[in-house]
Amino acid sequence: MKRYLLGLFDDDEVLLKAVDKIRAHDIKIHDVVTPFAVHGLDEKLGLRESKLHVGGFFVGLTGLAIAFSFMTWVFTSNWPIVFGGKPHFSFPAFIPIMFEFTVLSASIGMTVAFLALCHLYPGRFREPLDPRTTSHLFGMVFKITDETTQAEKERIAHLLREAGAVEVKEREMQKHY
Amino acid sequence: MHAESYLRPPLIQGNKTYLQITEDISRSVEAKPSRSWWIATTISAIVMTWGLICIAWTVWFGIGTWGLNRTIGWGWDITNFVWWIGIGHAGTLISAILLLFRQKWRTGVNRAAEAMTIFAVICAALFPVFHMGRVWLAFYNLPYPNTRGPLWPNFNSPLMWDVFAISTYFTVSLMFWYTGLIPDIATIRDRAKTKIAKWSYGLLSFGWVGSAKHWQRHEMLSLVLAGISTPLVLSVHTIVSFDFATSVIPGWHTTIFPPYFVAGAIFSGFAMVLTLMLITRKVLNLEEYITLDHIESMNKIIVLTGSIVGCAYLTELFTAWYSQNPYEQYAFANRALGPYWWSYWGMMTCNVISPQLFWVRKLRRSVWFTFFMSIVINCGMWFERFVIIVTSLHRDYVPSSWAMYSPTWVEISIYVGSIGLFFTAFLIFAKTMPVIAMAEIRHIMKTSGEAQKKAALAEHKHHGHDTHPLPNTN
Repeated sequence: MKRYLLGLFDDDEVLLKAVDKIRAHDIKIHDVVTPFAVHGLDEKLGLRESKLHVGGFFVGLTGLAIAFSFMTWVFTSNWPIVFGGKPHFSFPAFIPIMFEFTVLSASIGMTVAFLALCHLYPGRFREPLDPRTTSHLFGMVFKITDETTQAEKERIAHLLREAGAVEVKEREMQKHY
Repeated sequence: MHAESYLRPPLIQGNKTYLQITEDISRSVEAKPSRSWWIATTISAIVMTWGLICIAWTVWFGIGTWGLNRTIGWGWDITNFVWWIGIGHAGTLISAILLLFRQKWRTGVNRAAEAMTIFAVICAALFPVFHMGRVWLAFYNLPYPNTRGPLWPNFNSPLMWDVFAISTYFTVSLMFWYTGLIPDIATIRDRAKTKIAKWSYGLLSFGWVGSAKHWQRHEMLSLVLAGISTPLVLSVHTIVSFDFATSVIPGWHTTIFPPYFVAGAIFSGFAMVLTLMLITRKVLNLEEYITLDHIESMNKIIVLTGSIVGCAYLTELFTAWYSQNPYEQYAFANRALGPYWWSYWGMMTCNVISPQLFWVRKLRRSVWFTFFMSIVINCGMWFERFVIIVTSLHRDYVPSSWAMYSPTWVEISIYVGSIGLFFTAFLIFAKTMPVIAMAEIRHIMKTSGEAQKKAALAEHKHHGHDTHPLPNTN
């Protein structure tokens, strides 16, 4: 059994201010679940910038290299055919497929990386801490361990309410959240 | 968050909260399908089934069941292919290019437009695939190690480029659409009451809960996919136009084709988005999310792209005359005055003259007129492809091989069947998935909601500035 303390907010601006307040008290926020991408939240939580685009760039570059070298190999050494008297290495005619394959590789690479990094896959059934957090509430999540004292919990709950939380509750989950 | 002037008309009408947005948009998914939905889906499915039977007929008896002949090897099939691919372009334009341009109004229509793109590309792919005749050998198109040499496909051929362009376009559009859909499926999952709904939306939501880190990656993915889809969407119709432009047929061998095709594709795509969205907003009561301002914005794009298309038609005519090339000149004289004159003038009326009516604000904001025009434009764009393909082919260099072409019942049925397929898929999508991107609407609520705009105006007045009333949004 995993236990979590959940503070629910009904406004994104209040939430952003609350993140600052809680972090100022040196309390570790496990996660914040929101119904949409709240801009600036990642910075306030101190999350590192996503490197997804860097990965996408290199996968795209690999795709470009594969497309170029494969077509060059096919037409110059593996099975050279003369098409309308044009040179075997007809680079301009390779450009469209090189471009398409670059885009295809980069987007597949990035999407797969995104799903893998977030552990998202069909058949992953996850119970939300509160079903309203995918609709209209914003949830700030804290881990509760055996070492967490009642006083500590109360302190966090108090801070959450002070920062504008509309509801504070404890949740027990079967699986690690 | 970007500040937005309170003078700009709101994109979400009514005093909405986050909860109301969820409820308004999920309602259509959660409610029992209505009678009209059943009727529409049944009709579409019957039409689709008839189309599939005719495809089977074609495969069984061969391409001889179509009206093609030695002179006209491309008829309705390629006309329909280009028509559907063009329709598919609006989805990616709305979701990718308008995202990069920070056009917030796209959030009302992007989800449905992306779905439309995917279904339109499926419809499009049917035509060249079954035009191959021996469709079970379609995989010969793919460069895989084979026992015929290995003999590779011709990577120098525009038709091969098209195979890559369209499969890439389909894959990227599908990923873009589905990753955007995941958070909204999670919303439906968390609201689901029945076990089966909880299970199926749970399966499809991939376990999304909306963690801050996940949203951060999601935003990055959407942005970069938008960035690379933008040149992709332009490349796809460019390459489709290469199918024609790189040949030596008079009327096809034209350098203006790529921009002209891309503009035409967006033009017809927006017309189809309007056809679908005007019905959807009415049937699903989404008028507060797809407002008259959304419709007007789309109509403005129609004026722009329609004018580009009109200029391209006139440029073609001018260039044919100016080139002093008798074949080119004849091709264009024959289009306008030859036996297929009706298709040429149909195209000119529907695509060049009628979109210009949208310069009138009243007409841009009229739902009925827009709906009527969206149908007219789709007819016009179908005529355009017919004109380009059939009139150019039927009389080329050698008069002894001149011929006429008319479709057989099989070709007509496959075309009508593809429309049935498109609407069946769209209706099922509209019933099972949120047709508006809820997460994105929530994101713009604070800057573009009506209540929030009114509050901003009140604040403004309070500080003793000049008062401008909220512009009339009707």
